[in-house]
Amino acid sequence: MRNHDLTADEARDLRALAGYMIPSSATYGVPGADDDLIFGDICKSLERDIDDVRRALADLRRYSDGSFADLTPERRKDVATDFREKGGTPLASLVRIVLLCYYRDDRVMHALGQEPRAPFPKGHMVEQGDLSLLDPVRARKPLWRRVK
Amino acid sequence: MHDKVDVLIIGSGASGAAVAWSLAETRMRILCLEQGDWVKSTDYPSNGRDWEARLFSDFATSPNRRARPTDYPINDDNSPIKIVNFNGVGGSTIMYTAHYPRLHPSDFKVRTLDGVADDWPIDYETLEPFFAENDRMMGVSGLAGDPAYPPKEPPMPPLPLGKSGARFGKAMNQLGWHWWVSDSTIATVDYDGRGRCINLGHCTPGCAQGAKASTDITYWPHALRAGIELRTLCRVREITVDEQGMATGVVYYDGEGKEHFQGAEVVIIACNGVGTPRLMLNSVSGKFPNGIANSSGLVGKNLMLHPYAQTYGYVDEPLDGNHGPPLCLWSQEFYETDPSRDFVRGYTFQFGRGVPSILEAIVSTNAGRLPWGDDHHRVYRRLLNHRISMSAICEDLPEEHNRVTLDPTLKDSNGIPAPKIDYTISENSLKMMEHSIARAKEVLTAAGATIFGGEVPILNGGWHLLGTARMGTDPERSVVNEWGRCHDVKNLFIVDGSIWVTSGGVNPTSTIQALALYIADSIKQRLANANLFD
Repeated sequence: MRNHDLTADEARDLRALAGYMIPSSATYGVPGADDDLIFGDICKSLERDIDDVRRALADLRRYSDGSFADLTPERRKDVATDFREKGGTPLASLVRIVLLCYYRDDRVMHALGQEPRAPFPKGHMVEQGDLSLLDPVRARKPLWRRVK
Repeated sequence: MHDKVDVLIIGSGASGAAVAWSLAETRMRILCLEQGDWVKSTDYPSNGRDWEARLFSDFATSPNRRARPTDYPINDDNSPIKIVNFNGVGGSTIMYTAHYPRLHPSDFKVRTLDGVADDWPIDYETLEPFFAENDRMMGVSGLAGDPAYPPKEPPMPPLPLGKSGARFGKAMNQLGWHWWVSDSTIATVDYDGRGRCINLGHCTPGCAQGAKASTDITYWPHALRAGIELRTLCRVREITVDEQGMATGVVYYDGEGKEHFQGAEVVIIACNGVGTPRLMLNSVSGKFPNGIANSSGLVGKNLMLHPYAQTYGYVDEPLDGNHGPPLCLWSQEFYETDPSRDFVRGYTFQFGRGVPSILEAIVSTNAGRLPWGDDHHRVYRRLLNHRISMSAICEDLPEEHNRVTLDPTLKDSNGIPAPKIDYTISENSLKMMEHSIARAKEVLTAAGATIFGGEVPILNGGWHLLGTARMGTDPERSVVNEWGRCHDVKNLFIVDGSIWVTSGGVNPTSTIQALALYIADSIKQRLANANLFD
């Protein structure tokens, strides 16, 4: 798996954090964000956010006093809570990429009852609605101010 | 060396396209220079699975984030509202929501009616035929009979209400407040070669179906057939002048960075409220040491951005999500000045249908609503497709300290100084936003929402770039006259949002284009009377 400029340690921490953020769920029938396919997509999608992500991972390492991936589950929870509160713009970039990749995964979309497809060319159906709802508004006097 | 043209238009967006098409009937030699390129409908994000992700990359609304070779950087660090735009044939009509209200008659007379800012030197009645012509050219859908406006007849039937719109409508009726189906430049029937809307739902970053009107598929095909030349990947550095202070043409860079001079008898600027003052301030000469046509010192000043206050809530039943055009209703209940309020002027509410899945996850994570860990999935399912939102477009009054200048160090890829934005939200606008948030919560509650959120102001909400080369009859208090000609340079015109005197509280594209058609018509009349340069 290519890590797109991340070191092996950074990639390991990122994967552990992604899995903590969005764990797999048997109840909802979805993989976690640390799933092979999804994490592969995350690593390929860092692109213009790579600097922010690396900064966030450096901060995470500092909060963890070492590798986040090596922490116990209890300690991960404490560190992640603190990190979420203080992570700022670099963390926001990291989180955005995790969410972008997670919520376009076919399995996740199917589990949400969504079709994993591009909007075009099929489009969507939207109810036309009942324009008689506007009757009370239509009956109002003009709202606009006349100007001379 | 290029042959001199009769008319040179800089920018091919909302106003540049309209003025080009209108002037085509003169049979003059007309050239438009556009720094961007054509965007093919097959390039739009809604063609692919990564459609949402591309809002954060090559179709980001911010040019700083998007950073295409055709974009120029903007230093907006000193503004709570970031500038958004698009550079390409069609300009920012490629990337807008197609919400299409007009200014109101009162918007042109704010000094007379409310004692603030300045009156425009023209009025709604003057623009009315150009509004109608522009509605026909852009293809507007809507419904006649809105009591918030003088009578008008949109040429196409309205967008669907959907579940969200019906819910909002009932809530507004319960409160007794005005609402109406929006005028929109989204085709609801096949129109002038465009396919009707099929509810792709991802309208803002370009419409793969071609239902959304961007000027590359509305005005430009007609203008090109009529003989206008459109030269893309041409970034204008400066407008040149002769010893008499008349514009002689422009210096521009082509896509390979090669410098050119293009001579012209008449130059028309259509670069938007940031690009236009940037170009004018970069056009320094012995005659105009502070930028071309800037004897008033007002070029770049009085920037108005329309602070947006967005309030949203979540209801129990799933609604439309991102299916369908994002905006389909407006309310102008709070548009006109009410002396009982603690602010003057007012705002339009635009009602949001819903948001797509990734955006919901990002926004709710940032807001702290969507947890990390085991409860993530349960909460997300409570939020997805349950959101309805309202955004107040607040009238921004002109203030000279809100301005566009040239950044001392930041430059674009051609080495041209980039614009710098200094902008603060006024006390009046802050009070207006607070008022709108309270009213929005009443509406959302009436619509059944229980969890609320918001973004005030919308950070990446600097869509409407207005006022930086204002119109007026006094050369000491304005940059262009009442028909768009620069007071200082008699063959230089401005047709974009820069010339607005006040901002109103509506999305401006309809009025920008009507103004461009009006100015083109003024030019044609004066050409016929041989007094264009008098």
